Amino acid sequence: MDLATFLIQCLNALQYGLLLFLVASGLTLIFGIMGVINLAHGSFYMIGAYMAYALAPIVGSTFGGGFFSVLAVGLVLSVVFGYVLEWLFYSYLYEREHLQQVLMTYGLILVFEELRSLLVGDDVHGVPIPPLLAGSITLSDVQQYPVYRLFISGVCVALALAMYFVFTRTRLGMMIRAGSTNREMVQSLGIDITFLYRVVFAAGVAIAVLAGMVAAPVSSVYPGMGNSVLIICFVVVVIGGIGSIRGALLAALLIGIVDTFGKVLLPQAAGVLVYVLMALILLWRPDGLFKAG
Amino acid sequence: MTVQVDKGKLLFVALAFGALALFPFFGGKYGIDLVAKIMIFAIFALSLELLVGGTGLVCFGQAAFFGIGAYTAVVLSPESEAASLLWLLPASVALAAAYALAVGALSLRTKGVYFIMVTLAFAQMAYYVVHDTPLGGGTDGIYLNVKPEIAGLLDLDNPLVFYAFTLAVLVATFGFLALVGRSRFGRALAGIRVNEQRMRATGFSTYPYKLAAFTLSGGIAGLAGFLFAVKDGFVNPELLSWHESGAVLIMIILGGIGHLRGALIGAFAFVLLQELFKSEAIFGGFAKHWHLGLGLTIIISVALLPRGLVGVPAEVRRRLFGTDMRRSEPMGEGRDG
Repeated sequence: MDLATFLIQCLNALQYGLLLFLVASGLTLIFGIMGVINLAHGSFYMIGAYMAYALAPIVGSTFGGGFFSVLAVGLVLSVVFGYVLEWLFYSYLYEREHLQQVLMTYGLILVFEELRSLLVGDDVHGVPIPPLLAGSITLSDVQQYPVYRLFISGVCVALALAMYFVFTRTRLGMMIRAGSTNREMVQSLGIDITFLYRVVFAAGVAIAVLAGMVAAPVSSVYPGMGNSVLIICFVVVVIGGIGSIRGALLAALLIGIVDTFGKVLLPQAAGVLVYVLMALILLWRPDGLFKAG
Repeated sequence: MTVQVDKGKLLFVALAFGALALFPFFGGKYGIDLVAKIMIFAIFALSLELLVGGTGLVCFGQAAFFGIGAYTAVVLSPESEAASLLWLLPASVALAAAYALAVGALSLRTKGVYFIMVTLAFAQMAYYVVHDTPLGGGTDGIYLNVKPEIAGLLDLDNPLVFYAFTLAVLVATFGFLALVGRSRFGRALAGIRVNEQRMRATGFSTYPYKLAAFTLSGGIAGLAGFLFAVKDGFVNPELLSWHESGAVLIMIILGGIGHLRGALIGAFAFVLLQELFKSEAIFGGFAKHWHLGLGLTIIISVALLPRGLVGVPAEVRRRLFGTDMRRSEPMGEGRDG
């Protein structure tokens, strides 16, 4: 493996890891703060990717503009969607057993998948890369790196920083952190915890939808894409330590590296490597890398 | 798993098994095949119920043991003659149990959601071994050419004989697990489920108990896998996939955790609901969107039946007469009891 190839693989690993982080961060938030095991989180990613495909003609004809207006419209829709979903379904799950949550969110996966099939069909679709980002950077005579992949990484880093800022530096973040530790106490201090949860959930959904929309031009759009992402995101969440955003970031990058280089160096065993990694880490640290504090 | 014998439950179980025994007389070929499949899933679900409902360990890798049992049956069968059931079945169970022993020994170091994910990890490893190595025919799977038999006594190639054999295995498994639930071992497992800390304080070394339960559960899942391979005469890697582990978990949650008959009811409800929503006779062209109906039914059942289908009679009583039902034993998650 020469230097340019190595560099390309590093960038790929980084981009994949960061994208995983985006989806997994919502999962770990909803899990860590509200205690809900949300199997339908992969569906939000799928919905995002399909939005990038299906909204493009509609948004194009009403607002004009291309990919970025689709992103903006999709983001607004996803916040509304997450807010309503929490109100209709998830708010009943907080007091339930974990396994009841698993059952209901499994039901939601089936419903989302089937609604997707009814509305958009079962074909695989491509989403064009926006012309502004369609170029590539030349690394050597024969090797190039597409700008769009760098854009994905950039979006992920920006969101990660924004999340870090909100959590550690704002009043909202403080209330969320307090709410995850002691719901009743925060409520008795006069903070509307129901609304707070709804906001956190909507944010988690919006981040997953955004990840799906941004990834769509690279991964294309296909049925069942949410399920494969879901399992790998649970791996990320668990390796990182449930509820820990920092842990999720580290775990996602780790998995990005192992998966990307595994596919290049050990193609026969690429699928299993991630799980071997998870088993080893959890046997070494049974509570993940960073236990949420 | 309650200590006292409840007459209502006993009656339900007796009626259910009685109905299953009579079913072949009017079931028809398709029906017999379908019910045999459901009974295999019921055995599979019972194996998981021992862990989830009996011990409070949520395993998300149960399909690995199921798949290993199935693959053992096919791989160890001779090419062109029937293997003897007498050694092939124990071999399938033993190999599945052996893998469960290894997985359990390692993964029982973790707890809660971490345990769920470690068991998933080990199941995925087994999946990729079967999927990516020539050992089990790769992605295409392999065929079982001649089904095992006990020469002159039991020919599993005959659907009726297979049905009867599966029913016998199901009844035996159910009875065995009911006895386990009443034994000292089973009570110790229940104690671990309710409060492991307290069990340790009273002098139980809990790890060997959990490991024994995990191994036993893996063996029973292997038994179900063996039956599945013999029924279809075909195995492929999807038997070990996490979808399968998820499906069996959904079955027992739907049925109602903490009750053996919940696993039975859940397996029947889940597969029959699938068949119902897939039926073109009822839903016409919409049948190809059968996931929608299944998903909505599951969501509604969670909303209305917090304790699963097992809780239906109590729920009906509560809504009709307003009598407060006694809370059943809390499940899993190691809560204080």
